Amino acid sequence: MSFDLLIHLVLLLLLPPFLLGVVNKTKALFAGRKGPPWLQVYYDLAKLVRKGSVFSRTTSWVFRAGPAVGLVTVILAGLMIPQGGHLAPVNFEGDLILVAYLLGLGRFFTVAAALDTGSAFEGMGSAREVTFSALTEPALFLGLFVLVRSSHSLSLSRMFGDSLPQSLGVSGASLVLVLVSLFIVMLAENSRIPVDDPETHLELTMIHEVMVLDHSGPAFGMILYSAAVKFFVLGALVARLAVPFDVGLWAWPVFMLATLGVAVLVGVVESVMARLRMVHVPSLLIAACLLSAFGVVLLVR
Amino acid sequence: MTAAGMLLLVSAHNTVLFLAGWEIMALSALMALTAEDTHAEVRLAGYVYMVATRAGTLALFATFATMFLATGNFDFSLATAAVSPGAATAIFVLALLGFGLKAGLMPLHLWLPGAHANAPTHVSALMSGVLIKMGIYGLVRVSAMLPNPTVAQGAWLLILGVISGVLGVVFAIGQHDIKRLLAYHSVENIGIICLGLGVAHLGRALGEPGLVALGIAGAVLHTFNHGMFKALLFLAAGVVAHTTHTRSLDRLGGLLKPLPLTGALFLVGAIAICGLPPLNGFVSELLVYLGLFGVVDVDRKLLWLLGAFGAAGLALIGGLALACFVKVFGAVFLGEPRSEGCAKAHEPSVWMRLPMVVLAAICFGIGLGSPLLVPVLDHVVQAYAPIAAPSLVVRVPFTSFALLGVVLLGMFAAVFAWMNRNARSTQAPTGVGTWACGYARPTARMQYSASSFGEMLVGLGRWALRLEESPTVVRGTFARPVAFHSHVPEVVLDLVVVPFAERLVRLFRLANRLQGGDLNAYLFYVFATLVVVFLWVS
Repeated sequence: MSFDLLIHLVLLLLLPPFLLGVVNKTKALFAGRKGPPWLQVYYDLAKLVRKGSVFSRTTSWVFRAGPAVGLVTVILAGLMIPQGGHLAPVNFEGDLILVAYLLGLGRFFTVAAALDTGSAFEGMGSAREVTFSALTEPALFLGLFVLVRSSHSLSLSRMFGDSLPQSLGVSGASLVLVLVSLFIVMLAENSRIPVDDPETHLELTMIHEVMVLDHSGPAFGMILYSAAVKFFVLGALVARLAVPFDVGLWAWPVFMLATLGVAVLVGVVESVMARLRMVHVPSLLIAACLLSAFGVVLLVR
Repeated sequence: MTAAGMLLLVSAHNTVLFLAGWEIMALSALMALTAEDTHAEVRLAGYVYMVATRAGTLALFATFATMFLATGNFDFSLATAAVSPGAATAIFVLALLGFGLKAGLMPLHLWLPGAHANAPTHVSALMSGVLIKMGIYGLVRVSAMLPNPTVAQGAWLLILGVISGVLGVVFAIGQHDIKRLLAYHSVENIGIICLGLGVAHLGRALGEPGLVALGIAGAVLHTFNHGMFKALLFLAAGVVAHTTHTRSLDRLGGLLKPLPLTGALFLVGAIAICGLPPLNGFVSELLVYLGLFGVVDVDRKLLWLLGAFGAAGLALIGGLALACFVKVFGAVFLGEPRSEGCAKAHEPSVWMRLPMVVLAAICFGIGLGSPLLVPVLDHVVQAYAPIAAPSLVVRVPFTSFALLGVVLLGMFAAVFAWMNRNARSTQAPTGVGTWACGYARPTARMQYSASSFGEMLVGLGRWALRLEESPTVVRGTFARPVAFHSHVPEVVLDLVVVPFAERLVRLFRLANRLQGGDLNAYLFYVFATLVVVFLWVS
């Protein structure tokens, strides 16, 4: 038990930047480049922490609270999100709602911090962020509804835990739909192609990157790190759902491989398709909602 | 007077007494609402309110009359009487109409935005916090009283709740007036409450004590919570309007600097109303969520769809409310001041700040001290339906939530302090402006305004909102200045009720001819009527 806890914490705190490295390596492979080193994101973080932050005179304490709340909420959520089939360190009935709303709280402060700069670019990014995330929420909750039904539990640790292999036979078809829907949710929540482009530095095409344009130094480092952790924890849910088998002693290696697989998949998606036009993004997110909704309907059949 | 009326009606055991209290409340609220009756829009809002409240009372008269026919007395004693399904349905529908009008349930909310926006601030706070809750009180009482509750009734409450919640917040996003926006959020929160009540009613129909307990506890706690954070938001908005002389979101900005306390308190209210942890809004929405997820344990599979619909609806409401309140907080308190008035803003006297501080403390208290609420909520559940339900503690690990709330605050304080110290100890330049792509002289008007912020969401809700925009065409190399104007009308009032009423007025104008003011003509009518009556009788 304490062994699992230790691995959970180590993975949660140390692995995430590596996953971003995997995504970037995959993209480089597709583009025929050598790409940045695997550990580039760690180097970036170390560099940012040693720098100073510049604060515009327009900003207030909200601007500084944004990255802090973002980091704290995502770490707390990470403590409740299970990795592989193991119990998360913190688990109780109803934690799924707390996780979803903690991520919401983080978003509230990220967006408020962006608006605090008084910059039109950041206003634009925040408007897109809240619009799209409002549409991912129903997809997420409909997907979780299917899992609640198949596990008879309201705790993420049980929903994604040992009950998953047993429910495959009963609600396997629904779970496949939920998997696709959750993957789209994960791409949208982490500002990935086809919803957002983390690479471009042209503000008008961006959502997340443009919101954090004015952050610098340790504050920006925290944002970068929180984004990586969020990528990992949501990726962990997708990975578990993709490999919902009981593999006994091999659970940790299998989970890690599956998570790396999700990162590679994100890299592949980013390499083979372009970002959608902003006006078409809602259609994609509504499609994710409908996929989950079909999952629920299949349960009822 | 309003308060006295409300006290009378909640303590009434008899429908006639209840109606008397109801009327005292409704009419004295009209007086309070039209206190500033020198403004035309205040008089209009008062008029609309009066018509709506009359219509509501009419429906209540019909409700109680039907109850009288069913039971033979004027007491709230329906539960013990044998009522035919037809009469029960009639009572349910009429009560929904009458109480729904008062509560502001979409699409019966038509009086609410105008009345809340135009009343003096403390009256808005009272109306939104307590008065509209009397409608909810009535609904809860009728729902608890109906013998043989049916699944269909619960389903209707739930569906109406989702509609009211989603549309309320979509309309709110389209508003430019801060108090009008808050008023639409009352519609949204009434929707959430109704959702909880729907779950409870469903639970009663199915004989599922778990659903009853979670649904009614969520609904009642949210009713109380909404009274707290909405009053807080209204009072803070009142301070803003008072000190800057405008309620238009697009003319405010940067107020966190001159109004640090009001701004921080508004932020507390905003987080609470979005249902985000660790404040009180989260606790009550959590109960409703748990109720909705609890539907999957019911045997009737079709109801799962209803539960999923409710959960997805509540999630959407939460996401949209977040969008809306981040917009309001950003537009009013963050960025650069957009008008002269904002620059001169100042904190109000301590007597205006104190109530807000108390309300914010309650928001924190309920959010972090939720385990202490369990006995109260259990009592509520027992009062609603005397069932053998286990205490709520068994179903909801309140302690875990409260503990994590405290951990959240502690971790935030630590990280925030670390960052502040770290940022200060370096030689990073200070006192620089926001980067504007190298543009030399950015002005405050270049900021993203509240209207632009909501534009995308308003566009997605276009099917319901009927946005009115002035066409803007920029022509030529040296274009002349163009003006742009957009407005989200109150769809139900402006596009349905008013045209319908105008038709009605035209129709009755024919009857108007009969009433010419000529005494001889009237005498002739009397004579003619008498003749007709005699002929009919004989």
